[in-house]
Amino acid sequence: MYEIDPSRTDLIEEFDQNPGGPHSPELALVVNRLRLMPMEERIIIVCTKRHVEWTLAKMPKVRGAKLEYYDDLVFDDYYAATKKVFRIRWQAVTGVAPA
Amino acid sequence: MKKIIGYGSAWTVMPGDTLNVMVSTYGPDRFRANLVRVICGNDDPDLDIYREEEIAAPFAGEYPGRDQLTVAGSYVTIPSSPLMTGLGSFTVQAWVFPTTPEKGAQGLIANWDDATASGFALTIDDSGAAAMRLGDGSGGTVEVTTGKSLAKRRWHLVSAAYDAAAAALTVSQDFIGPQFEASTSASATGAVGFTPAMGSAQPLIMAAMPATHPAGRPGASHFFNGKLDRPRLVGSALNLADSAALGWDALPHERDTSVVAAWDFSRDIGGATVIDAGPNGLHGRVVNLPSRAVKGFNWSGTEQNWRHAPQEYGAIHFHDDDLYDAEWDTDFSYEIPADLRSGVYAVRLRADDDEWYVTFFVRPPRGTATAKLAFLASTATYMAYSNIQWTWQEHFGEVAECYWTTMEPGEVFLQEHAEYGLSTYDTHSDGSGVRYASRLRPVSQMGPKTAPVWNINADTHILGWLEERGIEYDVITDEDLHNEGVALLEQYSAVVTGAHPEYYTTPMWDGLRTYLARGGRMAYLGGNGFIWRCAMSDAMPGVIELRRAEDGIRYRDEEPGEYYMEFNGEYGGLWRRLGMAPQALCGVGTVAVGFDVSGYYIRKEASFDARAGFIFEGIGDDEVIGNFGFFAGGASGTEIDAADPMLGTPPHTLILATSEGHSANTMIVPDEIGLNHSAMGGDQNPDVRADMTFFETPGGGAVFSVGSIAWPGSLPHNGYDNNVSRVSENVLRRFVDDAPFAMPDG
Repeated sequence: MYEIDPSRTDLIEEFDQNPGGPHSPELALVVNRLRLMPMEERIIIVCTKRHVEWTLAKMPKVRGAKLEYYDDLVFDDYYAATKKVFRIRWQAVTGVAPA
Repeated sequence: MKKIIGYGSAWTVMPGDTLNVMVSTYGPDRFRANLVRVICGNDDPDLDIYREEEIAAPFAGEYPGRDQLTVAGSYVTIPSSPLMTGLGSFTVQAWVFPTTPEKGAQGLIANWDDATASGFALTIDDSGAAAMRLGDGSGGTVEVTTGKSLAKRRWHLVSAAYDAAAAALTVSQDFIGPQFEASTSASATGAVGFTPAMGSAQPLIMAAMPATHPAGRPGASHFFNGKLDRPRLVGSALNLADSAALGWDALPHERDTSVVAAWDFSRDIGGATVIDAGPNGLHGRVVNLPSRAVKGFNWSGTEQNWRHAPQEYGAIHFHDDDLYDAEWDTDFSYEIPADLRSGVYAVRLRADDDEWYVTFFVRPPRGTATAKLAFLASTATYMAYSNIQWTWQEHFGEVAECYWTTMEPGEVFLQEHAEYGLSTYDTHSDGSGVRYASRLRPVSQMGPKTAPVWNINADTHILGWLEERGIEYDVITDEDLHNEGVALLEQYSAVVTGAHPEYYTTPMWDGLRTYLARGGRMAYLGGNGFIWRCAMSDAMPGVIELRRAEDGIRYRDEEPGEYYMEFNGEYGGLWRRLGMAPQALCGVGTVAVGFDVSGYYIRKEASFDARAGFIFEGIGDDEVIGNFGFFAGGASGTEIDAADPMLGTPPHTLILATSEGHSANTMIVPDEIGLNHSAMGGDQNPDVRADMTFFETPGGGAVFSVGSIAWPGSLPHNGYDNNVSRVSENVLRRFVDDAPFAMPDG
């Protein structure tokens, strides 16, 4: 199982430069690792106003349950939201907060 | 976040038909309704291609809002009968295969009135054990439980017997699971200190408990997940041995004259009726489409086809999230006027700052056409995907889609309202695959301004382009094709598909194939088309059935022994596995799927053949086709198809162009490979490609295919002035010219 080296902050910078991909082979491994976090720990993106506003939320464990929103994390740019998700999951997986 | 939702009584209508519109609001006490014609539904502001046209309609106006009730969960209902309410001593039993015994109280067989505590209720109790309840008619109850949880996904014969003379109630569960597992058999007897009141006015309900919903609407609650087989009601108290003998007996009423009812779920498979094979004919019906044609407790494995051994397919699999018809009250109706042109329309609903589109398709009157070209809306596929939740509920969803889970308001609504049911891509709450998807409920992705842009919204790229280029068209749908076959298509010189015509019933397949053989033309402007065989039902219209047999991109496993569909007995799965691959119908078939990068087409030598000259008029010899577009930047992407003579691509097919530029994440589909290997992706595997093909038919017809879902997303590029648009227009202009195509020499 691939494990992220938290010292590879260059990969964070690479993601910031091109959050939509395609990514280099090393960054692709990182992205896949972050996208395979346990479902109940995932922070996801929610579009709150079409094409205009996004926020982040935590997925509930069961169908029918409400999402848990992070109201202080509101974005007017979709890729800014993806960069935040990338950082939150990076910290969750590596235990190291990105700069 | 959603404040208004709704649905219509039909997806396809013609002048003179009446469309009923059902609406529910969440908060707002008023809403506004208007009719719009949908021209292009993609409202991405960077593209500036969204177009809807408001049209006067008699229903337009404001209406009071209300919250309409939806209750998911399947069950059987049998009308109340004096034969039930007059019981003294009695036995009730069924074979039970619980899939979530841990979820809490679930009804098995109940003729119970909660208001008066009358009748009986055989249940799974909060501990997962079989239990039986009796009432005295004035609020007093007695319940006896075995006290031992039923084993998950194992068969048990569950019985309960009330002996009036002994004033005793016995309940038992007899485990018949694998011989290597611990038995969960148990029984218990309790005293009954009153004479049970059997006068319940409620229907007898199986797989749930009777319930009365607001406004007096009859229904059910405490839904059971799992299978029931051979439910029986006997007018005597049987001891455990006699009860077991009865449970194994296929015709119990032949030797026990006290049998009141012996329901046989193997009869009328494919219908909504539940048959009592006993002497009293206490027939009933299923509600909310539980799964029939499923393996019974006695399935031997000798037969895989329920039609060959119906006695071994006498079970029904119930789910607490099954939904067929939401059964909302109508808010208003719309009679389709004679002068409303064929097209895609929607009732636009607005409440506060929210809106919802109830989308429907207006076709010409049966037997007529108002254009030479028909756009064939993929309503079977729209149904298959309806209310899909796989993307945010599947652990591998993000790495499959190559994205970070991003939920639109309509998807958040579905997540928070499980009662609106699932798609054929999802799994039920008990882990079994969803086989049925209905349009008789709100469907969040079924309209313009929806995301991800897929199905009807993606198909409006084609409609917007047709309008822009001045190409006249009618709209017809899969359901029309299923019902009318080739007679529907023969009204037209040519048919253009949507981006993703994935699901086909046999009548649809036969109708299209016959049309092409007789001289019809088809422009398949999509990908991953003609893949899965599905079924529709005359008994239960507005729904498709799908069994994802064998392989393919299945999203879930199909249950072994249950590959034959309930609605018509046909073998489900890929058309390819049925010996009728899409390559034999349209020249190409699916080879790869990937969503992060789309490719582009390079002309091949065959594109310079005189037969294909009309297709490439205005296209340069070395011109790259479709290196732009809404779907990941190219015209060849998301799901792509290629030619394969081994799978039936006609020998005279011209492979006009082939795509390049696919990423490592665009991978070969499971049905194309015998094993996984280290070169699955488009960056290495030469089989990851879309082929653009053309061939003629002996009847003067022709077929043009692009084999890519992304193709229509490139049509609007540069104000619809681009080479994807030009190639498509060249094809359609020629296809609506009635001059026959000639087969090539030799």
